[in-house]
Amino acid sequence: MGEMIVVQDLVKNYGEFCAVNHISFSVPEGKIFGFLGPNGAGKTTTIKMLTTVLDPTSGSIQVNGHDPTHEQKQVRRSFGIVFQDPSLDDELTAYENMDLHGILYGVPRAERHKRIDALVDLVGLGERKKDFVKMYSGGMKRRLEVARALLHKPRILFLDEPTIGLDPQTRNHIWGYIQQLSKEEGVTVFFTTHYMDEADRVANDVAVIDHGKIVAEGSPTELKERTKCANLEDAFIALTGHAIREEEANAADRMRMMGRAWRGGGRR
Amino acid sequence: MRAIYILCVRQLKRYIRSPARIIGSLGQPILFLVALGFGMRAMFARAGGGNYINFLSPGIISMAILFNAVFSGIEIIWDRQFGFLKETLVAPVSRLEIVFGRMLGGAIVAFAQGLVVFVICLIAGFRFVSSPYLPLAIFFMFMIALLFAGMGTVFGSVLQDMQGFPLIINFLIMPLFFFSGAIFTTTGLPRALRILLRLNPLSYGVDGLRGALINQFAFGLTTDLAVVTILTALLLGIGSYFFSKIQL
Repeated sequence: MGEMIVVQDLVKNYGEFCAVNHISFSVPEGKIFGFLGPNGAGKTTTIKMLTTVLDPTSGSIQVNGHDPTHEQKQVRRSFGIVFQDPSLDDELTAYENMDLHGILYGVPRAERHKRIDALVDLVGLGERKKDFVKMYSGGMKRRLEVARALLHKPRILFLDEPTIGLDPQTRNHIWGYIQQLSKEEGVTVFFTTHYMDEADRVANDVAVIDHGKIVAEGSPTELKERTKCANLEDAFIALTGHAIREEEANAADRMRMMGRAWRGGGRR
Repeated sequence: MRAIYILCVRQLKRYIRSPARIIGSLGQPILFLVALGFGMRAMFARAGGGNYINFLSPGIISMAILFNAVFSGIEIIWDRQFGFLKETLVAPVSRLEIVFGRMLGGAIVAFAQGLVVFVICLIAGFRFVSSPYLPLAIFFMFMIALLFAGMGTVFGSVLQDMQGFPLIINFLIMPLFFFSGAIFTTTGLPRALRILLRLNPLSYGVDGLRGALINQFAFGLTTDLAVVTILTALLLGIGSYFFSKIQL
């Protein structure tokens, strides 16, 4: 099996600030790869560059053998993604969100309808598929996003903090399914998380990024041995230190606050 | 093509499902129609301008289309903040298809609002005249919708949040409306204002629509058609360009 993602000497600067600083790593096909790091370490920036929505300052990326900056369509066809923030249309039903995705990805009608029904059942939303997404809880939205990301049978699945704000039941459910998918269909999974126990349990390999640089790489077991820690959380803190990171609220966060105020509370 | 189609459908669904928005955006045109239309009617007639409701209605219809079309473009900001934009930007379709779907959908919605306001104008006493240009009314309404959907797309693509929104409304959209000849005739205007009117793209849309409906042109049909068509093509192009430059 070959390498599904190859990143070499990747850099992203925002003016003076260096968000991603000469990182290199690769993810073999069919593996589950955890990309760990404190807030503001450069995880999401890296995912954006891998998924064609942000151009790197320098360095090279190959996703499924294609360059995200120049062969966007081939790369986009190869992956499914669950973003850190919700990305559903609240004013459409779950089914319509799925259908829209299927049409954008060119999934033929008959297959599309069959797969949508199977996937919403799989994430336990079969009964609620005709409901508007604005009626969904945070966990249900997440599950729907996972289902949606799989609709076009991607070779790679990007998950940017997919289980944030979910209860243990839902987390378990989602990860169980993703592991099965990886094992049975050879889907490569690239995920970020703040839950170290989660990374320890599901990841074949992890990379730890801090201040835009990769500070450690290997299987969770290797990292624990190297840092002489009992669990991955301690290993993570040993690698990245105790300092609490500050992340500036971006426009999206501010906007979300505004939206919440306008609608009288209660998104997510 | 499939992306254009489905994004267009999405906007229509959102429009139809939000009666509050439909009614809400009728408030402003109705206010202008009633306050100006009935308030100034006697004065306008005494000054020899004729029936003011007939003169004003095409302007009010244009206003409804202008606002709705610009808002449809600015919705990009909401979609960016609430996440849906990302879903479309990582899909294996060209940005051009995405932005065209959005602009077309927004234009259809704005056009539909224009039709609703048209009906309201009829209720308020507006009477159009039958002339060979009448069918062109639909054309001008839709062109105004497309033109300003393109302009709204530029703002929606460039702005990161809604902070700049009042700026655009008060310093661009409102002046575009007021200095378009929507509410007053071009005769006897101060020179500066006349120039402003000539430079305003909406003026040609309003004049075209008014001409088609009540057969009263200020610039002439050919000029209106040419200017509106060229500007619409241009704005659609500029809107697409700015949208294609969006980075997340």
